[in-house]
Amino acid sequence: MNRPVEEWASLVPMEDDAPTAFLDVRDLRIHFPTDDGLVKSVDGLSFTLERGRTLGIVGESGSGKSVTSLGILGLHKGQHARISGQVWLDGEELVGASPEHVRRLRGKKMAMIFQDPLSAMHPFYKVGDQIVEAYRVHNEVSKKQARKHAIDMLGRVGIPQPSERVDDYPHQFSGGMRQRAMIAMALSCDPELLIADEPTTALDVTVQAQILDLVRELQSEFNSAVMVITHDLGVVAELADDILVMYAGKAVEQGSARELFTAAEHPYTWGLLSSMPRLDRDRQDRLVPIAGSPPSLINVPEGCAFHPRCRFCELSAPRSLTEVPVMTETSPGHRVACHLEPAERRRLWAEEVQPLL
Amino acid sequence: MAAFIVRRLLAAVILLVVVSMMTFAIFFLVPRLAGMNSDQLALRYVGRGATAESIEATKERLHLDDPLPVQYGRFVQGIVVGDEFNYGPEVVKCPPPCFGYSFRNSQPVTALLIDRIPVTASLAFGAAILWLIGGVSVGVLSALRRGSVFDRAAMSTALAGVSLPIYFTGLLSLALFAYHWKLWPNGVNYVPFTTNPLDWAYNLILPWVTLAFLYAALYARLTRASMLETMNEDYIRTARAKGLRERTVVVRHGMRASLTPILTIFGLDVGLLLGGAVLTESTFSLPGLGQLVVDAVFGNDLPIVLGVVMVASVFVILANLIVDVLYATLDPRVRL
Repeated sequence: MNRPVEEWASLVPMEDDAPTAFLDVRDLRIHFPTDDGLVKSVDGLSFTLERGRTLGIVGESGSGKSVTSLGILGLHKGQHARISGQVWLDGEELVGASPEHVRRLRGKKMAMIFQDPLSAMHPFYKVGDQIVEAYRVHNEVSKKQARKHAIDMLGRVGIPQPSERVDDYPHQFSGGMRQRAMIAMALSCDPELLIADEPTTALDVTVQAQILDLVRELQSEFNSAVMVITHDLGVVAELADDILVMYAGKAVEQGSARELFTAAEHPYTWGLLSSMPRLDRDRQDRLVPIAGSPPSLINVPEGCAFHPRCRFCELSAPRSLTEVPVMTETSPGHRVACHLEPAERRRLWAEEVQPLL
Repeated sequence: MAAFIVRRLLAAVILLVVVSMMTFAIFFLVPRLAGMNSDQLALRYVGRGATAESIEATKERLHLDDPLPVQYGRFVQGIVVGDEFNYGPEVVKCPPPCFGYSFRNSQPVTALLIDRIPVTASLAFGAAILWLIGGVSVGVLSALRRGSVFDRAAMSTALAGVSLPIYFTGLLSLALFAYHWKLWPNGVNYVPFTTNPLDWAYNLILPWVTLAFLYAALYARLTRASMLETMNEDYIRTARAKGLRERTVVVRHGMRASLTPILTIFGLDVGLLLGGAVLTESTFSLPGLGQLVVDAVFGNDLPIVLGVVMVASVFVILANLIVDVLYATLDPRVRL
């Protein structure tokens, strides 16, 4: 499956000291060979996450957010993906672990909430049965006990009359209820790591807020580590303690949520912030979109992958055209991958970007 | 559900009436429009030894001079309550369902149909079991090992299977297995199940395999496509994310969803075949409905054609009904 890469990876010296963080992703690369070339969906991503904390991963479509989360769960194995790097979960390395071992962790230790709860639930099985199934793979309990647990879970995520709705089919639920059921399913085995992939994208705004509240509540109850993947900065503003901004399979900026909303330093993050509608400010002008479109992951632009779309590209030319910027710390806990001088970045933020937000 | 079935049965009856009207019109109205009179129609029953009197008597007996709607009414009446034919001194009773008498050998059509249905049913059901098991398992394996040697070989064979006509594969298998290797030294001769089940199966193996090969090829391709689509669905990813074993993911989540549409096509195909597997029956000289109707068409034997068409429609309509009910049972999103 991913054997060739494993061999190659083993030749590269790795810092294989056991990590202290609960989730520690190191230099994760997920590449897909296709007829058109190698798609580098995730290309050298590193981050850590502790229990009880929430990490928001933000980026446009195709920036590698979802591929990252599926990679952590080991859902790319057997799909011709080339995976290298390390994923440490609670002291265990998962990339090199056997698929069977990762399967046992999946759903129990780490669980996932998917984007579109209608297509993510099997249309032919009752909601309750799908939760029961998730519970019984990892817990040796009778069907009756599992059903009771399913009803319990449905009640906890706020489904009214759970003992009746447990026998409904997914299409009999509303969108928000389906997402709640999905969350109930993901939480049925008390996972320590919960990955929510665009948990509110398919929902209308009022329901979005309820679902976000629910995730936050359940997180504090279970003390899980939560990864929220989204392109919606509003969602991360609501939930996340830390934010990781991804572009073309790489991290471009990483820091606490407060820091990123008040002192972002990467032009791409600026672009995301300027294209977000804000209700707490006077409407000044039209939103400013980021020019251009996300790059092809087969032919990633030379140098800084963002340079063709960057308004400030000339300021750091020619390095931005030839040299891939690396993540460097600009202030404690805040890392940016940009060729602009830190002082210059802060000046641009203060003078050109922030006033227009 | 019960209301749905009753409703559908009523609709089925109406559909049958329409089918019977149209068939009746084709066989009895069109010849008249083409200039045939009742004498010429009666002549077909009487055959070579026709005299003016016998033609007149036949016309009288079959009421060929009645207006067409009356004749149609008599036809329907025959099916529902039976009919009587006046042969001068004696009156012949034709119990329901009565489809009249063959033009050519004056045998009651109903008896012929009852004679032939078991042959066609044996052929259709036997082949259906073979192709369902064969086609679906090959299709599922192909989908799971997409791009492998097995997949390529299976899909090439399937392409050949859907492209080769039965009279080619049938004759080829007869030439090889029956005549060259002498596995069936006397060819294929239908033996009723009730006479000797072993002989029945022995003689049907070649027709079963030939017919099943065509459909299995079709089903393998359908299943593969359906399975590939299903295995890419989000709910399959969810099933994996739950930590289910891969086998559970494939069988309980993948096949459950991808085989539902296949099963409905299966019902319709079997229904269609029960009305006569014309090519297979002709190739292997099996005395089934298909061969009966082909002979009848060539011999202008209208009552037989009419009878077979009615029986075939009943099978197709029933198969449709069963499939609809089955689908509603299998797919909870469908409400009847």
